[in-house]
Amino acid sequence: MLLRTPLYEFHVSFGAKMVEFAGWEMPLLYRGIVQEHQHTRSSGSLFDVSHMGRLYVSGKDAPAFLDRVLSRNVAKQRIGQSRYSLICNEAGGVLDDVIVSKDAKHWLIVCNASNREKIVKHLASVRDGGGFAVEIADRTQSTAMVAVQGPRVIEILSDTLAIDLKSIPRWGFESGTHMMNRFTVFRSGYSGEDGVEMIVSAQAAASAVKSMAEEMHQPDSVIQPAGLGSRDTLRLEAAMPLYGHELSENIDPISAGLDWAVDLKKDFLGAEALRAVVQRGPAKKLVGLELQGPRIARQGSAVQRDGAAIGQVSSGTFSPTLHKSIAMAYVEAAHAAAAADVQVDLRGAPVAAKIVPLPFYRKPQE
Amino acid sequence: MPVPQDRRYLQTHEWHKPEDKLVVIGITQFAADELTDITYVKLPEVGQTLRAGAAFGEIESVKATADLLSGVSGSVTAINAELAGNPGLVNADPYERGWMIKVQVAGPGDVEKLLSAEEYLKKIGH
Repeated sequence: MLLRTPLYEFHVSFGAKMVEFAGWEMPLLYRGIVQEHQHTRSSGSLFDVSHMGRLYVSGKDAPAFLDRVLSRNVAKQRIGQSRYSLICNEAGGVLDDVIVSKDAKHWLIVCNASNREKIVKHLASVRDGGGFAVEIADRTQSTAMVAVQGPRVIEILSDTLAIDLKSIPRWGFESGTHMMNRFTVFRSGYSGEDGVEMIVSAQAAASAVKSMAEEMHQPDSVIQPAGLGSRDTLRLEAAMPLYGHELSENIDPISAGLDWAVDLKKDFLGAEALRAVVQRGPAKKLVGLELQGPRIARQGSAVQRDGAAIGQVSSGTFSPTLHKSIAMAYVEAAHAAAAADVQVDLRGAPVAAKIVPLPFYRKPQE
Repeated sequence: MPVPQDRRYLQTHEWHKPEDKLVVIGITQFAADELTDITYVKLPEVGQTLRAGAAFGEIESVKATADLLSGVSGSVTAINAELAGNPGLVNADPYERGWMIKVQVAGPGDVEKLLSAEEYLKKIGH
């Protein structure tokens, strides 16, 4: 039995093509992946991300507990700030990548849907093993979460919500009330565009979105619904990692190029192993590839140089913004320099590609 | 989702339309919708020989890559060159402008052995 988000009826009313994702019934697309991608880059899109885990941590030992679990230093984090972080195992492998937000009375961990059960168990086991006085509440199913992303989102939502979104910095968040319903709005996202992510109670979500839906049903609507298909192509252009592709328990954050989210001066689970990786240098590195021609590299496609295997593709797509076939791949560190010519094996046929700097897409500066 | 009655089908979603002495091949709307936005269609050369049940090309979308199968043996007499620059035609108009190849069939009755519209719909659970 698949789980449904509080926005299920909304998806159906917009004619979404629904698919199974990590145990949830989610919209893959409404009108088309490329169209939704382009609308996000040029205007704005609403994504249901209620399937992502929302875990609330509270109690007197919360900072010490999070310091043990997270790769990022939480001591300097202020109320109203969010931080991207990794949760690693003892060997330095990535259990999940998460966003951690500090509120007045609790911390919120937003984790991947596919990892929620694993992370809940992991957190409980670290708490019990270390005798930390913390409570962990999984509120994934009693709340809803949407991401509204695109260059016109802040302007449009600032008119609707009684919060000045422009005053919230990137990676900041604020809570407010809209039509008697409490919500929290985060200036963050997974698209490479400006925008927000919002959490409301499950009961409030459907009615809140219904009021927005009337506007979104117009063909010229500034904000239109978008599904998981374009969420993936958007994040790939922006070179944001996706768990199960760029990240896994067999990949460490240093190889993934996420050293900026790892504080090796503190002791967290996996820190010792990661210090060793830094010391000897990672064996593999995540790189960007631009392929010649229209063919798409898929996860697992071999990357070769002069006929010898040097790595594997982790994600690939045809970039709707750049009109090029792009991919991310893990290659041997010695071959990771930009501008190198490589080949990608696509179903037995080698396709010429070039290593390029990441990200593939950066939003235009204002 | 209805499918045209004037042609025959493979369970793998390719339609085969008799046209004079040739058979035109393409894929169904159902297949195009499942693939989502099509980004590339690899077609054979004119003159190439096809074997029934074997791949004549490949189709790629944002979501997946798949083989294109022919239900008939014969030789390719024409390909839809428009798809090279505009593969999205297969999504927009899979039964007409999104056609892929024309085949001179080896056995004239072969196309009649393929699935009827009703049989195809039944196979895909519609």
